[in-house]
Amino acid sequence: MSPKDAERYEQHFRANLGLSLKLLLIWALVSVGAGAAYLWLDQFQILTGFPLGYYMGAQGAQITFVILIFIYAFRMRTIDQKYGVDE
Amino acid sequence: MLGQIDRLGRIWGMYTMAFGVFVVLLWLAEYVGLIGQRGIAWTFMILTIGIYATIGIMSRTGNLDEYYVAGRAVPGIFNGMATASDWMSAASYISLAGTLYVLGMEGLSYTVGWTGGYVLLAMFLAPYIRKLGAYTIPDFVGVRYPGTFPRVVAVIAAIIVSGTYLVAQVSGVGIIMSRFLGLDFRIACFVGLLGILVCSMLGGMKAVTWTQVAQYIILIVAFILPTVFVSAKITGVPIPQLMYGQALTDVAATEAALGIDKGYFTPFNDWTQSQFLALIICLMCGTAGLPHVIVRFYTTPNVRETRFSVGWALFFIGLMYITIPAYAAFARWEVLHNVVGQAIDSLPSWVDAWTKTGLLTLNDANGNGLVEYAEFGLNSDLVVLAMPEIAGLPYVVAGLVAAGGLAAALSTADGLLMVVATAISHDIYFKLINKSASDRVRLTISRVMLVTVAAIAAWVASLRLSIISDIVAWAFSLAAASFFPILVMGIFWKRINTAGAITGMAFGLLTTLGYIIWSSVTGQTIGGILPNAAGIFGMPLNFLLTIVISLATAPPKQEIQALVERLRFPKHLHDAAAPATGD
Repeated sequence: MSPKDAERYEQHFRANLGLSLKLLLIWALVSVGAGAAYLWLDQFQILTGFPLGYYMGAQGAQITFVILIFIYAFRMRTIDQKYGVDE
Repeated sequence: MLGQIDRLGRIWGMYTMAFGVFVVLLWLAEYVGLIGQRGIAWTFMILTIGIYATIGIMSRTGNLDEYYVAGRAVPGIFNGMATASDWMSAASYISLAGTLYVLGMEGLSYTVGWTGGYVLLAMFLAPYIRKLGAYTIPDFVGVRYPGTFPRVVAVIAAIIVSGTYLVAQVSGVGIIMSRFLGLDFRIACFVGLLGILVCSMLGGMKAVTWTQVAQYIILIVAFILPTVFVSAKITGVPIPQLMYGQALTDVAATEAALGIDKGYFTPFNDWTQSQFLALIICLMCGTAGLPHVIVRFYTTPNVRETRFSVGWALFFIGLMYITIPAYAAFARWEVLHNVVGQAIDSLPSWVDAWTKTGLLTLNDANGNGLVEYAEFGLNSDLVVLAMPEIAGLPYVVAGLVAAGGLAAALSTADGLLMVVATAISHDIYFKLINKSASDRVRLTISRVMLVTVAAIAAWVASLRLSIISDIVAWAFSLAAASFFPILVMGIFWKRINTAGAITGMAFGLLTTLGYIIWSSVTGQTIGGILPNAAGIFGMPLNFLLTIVISLATAPPKQEIQALVERLRFPKHLHDAAAPATGD
């Protein structure tokens, strides 16, 4: 492997990790974070009468998870193309 | 590729519509009195199992790649649908709404934990495992951590986790068939076994994939439809996921008026907050480490498709999971308004039918002849199956829900059966005993194992051991404390070696098992952590020991480090195309 190739692989992997860790932070906030702040969140009411803490566990977290995975898939496709390792 | 998805989309769209038309026709037949309750139940069971059997026979194959990984040709969206029904088991379908009904707010740890694991899977496992392109999870472990020992440990763990889970699915089939068809539970288990085998035996993973797609469509229709009816009945708007906020508010008010002190969504009245959070973490990491889920991502054409496929899987799972709490809330509403306060003598016939199964208990403790809230004991396995009757919906809806439960149990059972049978035929027989076996011999052994494992599972299920449901609850903690850390670290850190991984897995597993046994026997806990969240102790220990022991011993061989590097890129700079590896 030429040094130039090695550098491109390295940059690609860093871009991948940076993206993953950012999304992982949001993942932790809406799941464990919302669970830890449950009592505080529950004082707010949203939509048809859900306490916010309950809503996060029943719908908010799940909807966020789906969005996070699709953001990852789309962004990774661009990153792969940028570094020439796409299929 | 796009043309293929178009064609498949049309086929499955027509299938969904045909199923809808069939349900409406059956409802009309019930309405005019052409068909009774047993007739409806039998029609649903025969029709749906007939569909699965047809797909199973049409997908028969003699090709190893098709048999083990569906030829790696399943488009992302359909693989997502298959993963969704592979993942959603009898426990999700039959018991989860019931668990929420019983536990209330604490039950949300399941809906968050069982979905959040897919984010970990999407970013840290699935694309890399697809890149390796093997057949099984022990394959991955065996390649990354050379030596016979890690592979054998992985095979044993996969067989234990998937095997007990399989038994739970077969008992799910038994419960549904014995209640709706009137069969004896033990006979029902063996009838269910035949239903599982017709889907998988001839076509392996290829057949399992397409029956799982068919099963997903039936189970999601069957779960959402009754919830829509009940939502329209109670709130006037047929969008249950949005409207059950009203039911929650009403349930709280009714409970206060009845003087029930353990309110439905009062936070942390059953569990401590630390148990709630610990269970979320264990379920997430455990989900990402379950063999039958991970193998589904071997079946997509390439890495890019795998990433999207995880997103689709969670989308299809999410449709179900955001409906489950609505189902539970409406069931609570129905019981509070239509059962509590009624005269015991005038209760409808379903009460009697369910009491016979032992899942419903009703005793007039204070002898006033009326149903009090505390006297009406609903088992969590019963809430989903009984709700259509509690809400007074046509019997066709109850039959539909039962068919959905059957689809959920069968689809998961198929995926699990493939994992256990492949672990024996591929990882033990081919990799460790006879490396020169021909494809024909390997396929024959796979099929024999499929039948043997299924028969053992049905026999164990027919014994009705209560320990099975406990083991299923522990499976996530065990997977989180054993597989998850070494899989993720094996991908992201080249320095991790076999010695570290073995030590980490062994002590992670022992700590978790030790806590489970200690806590179950003595009834004591540390910080309110129940046995089902025991992985919260074993998993960090696994991470720590794997790192410390790896750093204290020699780094892995150069070729292993090069392999780890290759996993990280879908294609290499000077390769013509992505290599379709596998053996």
